[in-house]
Amino acid sequence: MTWEVVIGLETHTQLTTASKIFSGSSTQFGAAPNSQASAVDLAMPGTLPVLNKGAVERAIRFGLAVGGTIAATSIFARKNYFYPDLPKGYQISQFELPVVVGGSLAFMVGDEEKRVNLTRAHLEEDAGKLLHEEFHGRSGVDLNRAGTPLLEIVSEPEMRSAAEAVAYAKALHSLVRWIGICDGNMQEGSFRCDANVSVRRPGAPLGTRCEIKNLNSFRFLEKAIEYEVRRQVELIEGGGKVVQETRLYDPDRGETRAMRSKEDAQDYRYFPDPDLLPLAITPQWIDAVKAGMPELPEVARTRLGATLPSLSFHEVALLTASLDTLEFFDDTVSRVEEFLVGPGVGKAVANWVVGELAAKLNGGNLTIDRSPVSPAQVAKLIQRVTDGTISNRGAKSVFADLWDHAGEVDQSIERLDLQQISDAGAIEATIDQVLAANAKQVDDYRAGKEKAFNSLVGQVMKATKGQANPAQVNEILRRKLAG
Amino acid sequence: MTLHRDSLAQLSAKLAKKEVSSVELTRHYLARIEAQQAALNAFITVDAEKSLAQAAAADARIAKAGAAPLTGIPIAHKDLFCAKGWRTTCGSKILSNFIAPYDAHVIEQFDRAGAVLLGKTNMDEFAMGSSNENSAFGPVRNPWDTAAVPGGSSGGSAAAVAAMLAPAATGTDTGGSIRQPASFTGVSGLRPTYGRVSRYGMVAFASSLDQGGVLARSAEDMALVLGVMAGYDERDSTCIDRPKDNYVGGLGNGVKGLRIGLPKEYFASGLSQDVAGPIHAAIEEYRRLGATVVEVSLPNQALSVPVYYVLAPAEASSNLSRYDGVRYGHRTDQPGDLMQLYKKTRAEGFGPEVKRRIMIGAYVLSHGYYDAYYLKAQKIRRLIAGDFAQAFTRCDLIMGPAAPSVAYDLGSKTTDPVRMYLDDLYTIPINLAGLPGMSIPCGFGDKGRPVGLQIVGNYFDEARMLCAAHAFQQATDWHARMPEAFK
Repeated sequence: MTWEVVIGLETHTQLTTASKIFSGSSTQFGAAPNSQASAVDLAMPGTLPVLNKGAVERAIRFGLAVGGTIAATSIFARKNYFYPDLPKGYQISQFELPVVVGGSLAFMVGDEEKRVNLTRAHLEEDAGKLLHEEFHGRSGVDLNRAGTPLLEIVSEPEMRSAAEAVAYAKALHSLVRWIGICDGNMQEGSFRCDANVSVRRPGAPLGTRCEIKNLNSFRFLEKAIEYEVRRQVELIEGGGKVVQETRLYDPDRGETRAMRSKEDAQDYRYFPDPDLLPLAITPQWIDAVKAGMPELPEVARTRLGATLPSLSFHEVALLTASLDTLEFFDDTVSRVEEFLVGPGVGKAVANWVVGELAAKLNGGNLTIDRSPVSPAQVAKLIQRVTDGTISNRGAKSVFADLWDHAGEVDQSIERLDLQQISDAGAIEATIDQVLAANAKQVDDYRAGKEKAFNSLVGQVMKATKGQANPAQVNEILRRKLAG
Repeated sequence: MTLHRDSLAQLSAKLAKKEVSSVELTRHYLARIEAQQAALNAFITVDAEKSLAQAAAADARIAKAGAAPLTGIPIAHKDLFCAKGWRTTCGSKILSNFIAPYDAHVIEQFDRAGAVLLGKTNMDEFAMGSSNENSAFGPVRNPWDTAAVPGGSSGGSAAAVAAMLAPAATGTDTGGSIRQPASFTGVSGLRPTYGRVSRYGMVAFASSLDQGGVLARSAEDMALVLGVMAGYDERDSTCIDRPKDNYVGGLGNGVKGLRIGLPKEYFASGLSQDVAGPIHAAIEEYRRLGATVVEVSLPNQALSVPVYYVLAPAEASSNLSRYDGVRYGHRTDQPGDLMQLYKKTRAEGFGPEVKRRIMIGAYVLSHGYYDAYYLKAQKIRRLIAGDFAQAFTRCDLIMGPAAPSVAYDLGSKTTDPVRMYLDDLYTIPINLAGLPGMSIPCGFGDKGRPVGLQIVGNYFDEARMLCAAHAFQQATDWHARMPEAFK
């Protein structure tokens, strides 16, 4: 018997604002405990929240990117519960009226495109952290993270496998970085997922779900879902019932464990926060944000597919892996087009970006924004190949040289002594010497042995250490032999 | 020395002319506070050293640059305004050891004006109460009769002003906590429009209702103080960015042609005759001064008390969650585990009235009850605001009693909290609508205890209210009466 897996994800993305969502404290990661906790973050009596417009702007960017509805009015609500990392005794979040409603995200699963609808995205503040290790038998509270802005993105339960869930999470991860609202740093907790998992017979109503909390790597997300699906199927097939509960994934044991059941679920007593006015977003504000938005990945993929039909699907995907990659590509293309026009330009640049550059980046575990070789340098390399200064093979050596040593393309060519000899006089002189020294091959050629010609070319190239322009060598040699 | 009998305006003139120094004035009030503390218990914290240092700085400023109206004037503050380095208790054991690390916006405004922080006044715990019997620091007594309560929750501020222990004091008014004690102690008290004074640094009770204001001995003195206190502060998102009016400049405009609305619901049964008499006499006085009187109606007024006792506890239950013993304030000696830390800290730290309201608030917000209580109350709140909007199409100011009776005896209502809640019926509607309200003395009722006339204005109409109060005070001397024992 088959089971259908139903997965929905709630993803907490930490927004890239310099200060917190309701206070002026820095959001920088890794500072000494409580050094970034102001009176507001400590929930001192009498302190009040003031909304950071930058957080709202990022929510608008997200709404635009996924084609969601940006609410003209949304409400901040208090979610009330006691915990030492929650200084006010309530979290300011959005409940009934979130800032973004709907939208969708498309991504590839293997060779197939899948589109998942989003339920909503809402703004909220992060909690602080409890430190258990440094204090013997006691716990410390670090409120640096308290008040860090989060956008919680909730998908519809439309994923049908762990692989789909991971593909969705990766696409979302790429998108939030693409539009610059989240740095995507999963080790620092900037992007973390809660997975709602249930199983059912195909066509049956939804099964009882369990929520697996705080999955902060794609691998854990995949493993946790796979484990949870197995657990639920085995439970049901063994005659048991899935109980709605919150579970934690233990990466060391590779299993999920019950944290609390629905019966212990707290009543959060949500109500509109009277310290904050309803969040009003005008069409003008949305337009201003829209004007500053980069080209979105789906749009870029369509553009590249249409303008560069010779690029493979895989190449297009690599060129749109991140906004930085796409910008590197587009920047290089526009620089090359200053001296070279034609359908080959995009293909030539793509070859560099998905070829040498991608290989070097992977080897050095670097992202493209850290590439030591710039678009201007790649364009110059293409120029020097085109104008015959260097061969394709020489260009690769120059690229490797520039990767390791900063400098100009032309200086590198000189330093590596890679200029092709395109001086007809110089080539002719070398050819004359080669012909004089290889009378037998000359005779063979003239007797009709074409192989002898290749041997003579080889001799010329050898004599010029490979730097003679091969086309020129061919041409002059044929002329001399014919004469 | 009889300096304390002078009005704030007179003291301001004397400071400017250097007839008296701020240090002398501050010493004088500090001595009076000390002498009367046992009788009235109006203050929670006094710090002569800090106050006198501020006074000396004010004197230097006057010598160098002359005096602004409040430079060198000692002002007492309700003990829920955070003042850097000052203990700020909010009348609660849970904050009994809390030294504020920052200044409230209101405190900053007074500092900028060069006023002297004279001390922190007693209050009902977390501003929850109408008699000042809910303070962890003991009840405050009424200077007109120490057997009587001074009203609450700004009872310490009201008693201090009535007994002339301070020329003026700040208060806060969530459901009547400035106007009712002003009425009970025969002083003038103003709660401005919601959003006129920043709530930043004012310990919250019910955020959508709380508003800081002033208690003083005349409209003129209140105008001087409000001019300093009010102002936009971007740290309070509900504070309104709107220039303040010239409150002092408009005082002399008179009341000719002023249309006074009398809500018929305010004069129905439930109003004591000894209060009704002075109120009617005051309205007569206004007529004599050239005002006209119309009857208006606030049909939903009767729902105000129940609505308030849903919304205010709801907000309070959440606002008071931060007092958990983790970061500051009282922490139990025997925490055991985390849950015990919370439970014991809060059980030990909060008094019974605060606990009652936290429980009511948690209940009305809880799953399954939210719609029936909180949401319904919000809807009625809008109806109540609509009633006032309707009334203000027919009049400029609304007048009536501030409280249904004069001050009652200490202990006489403590066993019946609901009865005490119902006494707020004339003040609460104003808070629900976010309007400015005032109480000025207009006579005496049973046992010679003061009666207050409530004046309610439209949004941001404080200048008109102060002008009307000033006209009355120019024509009468109720505000100038002094309790015999504290002259």
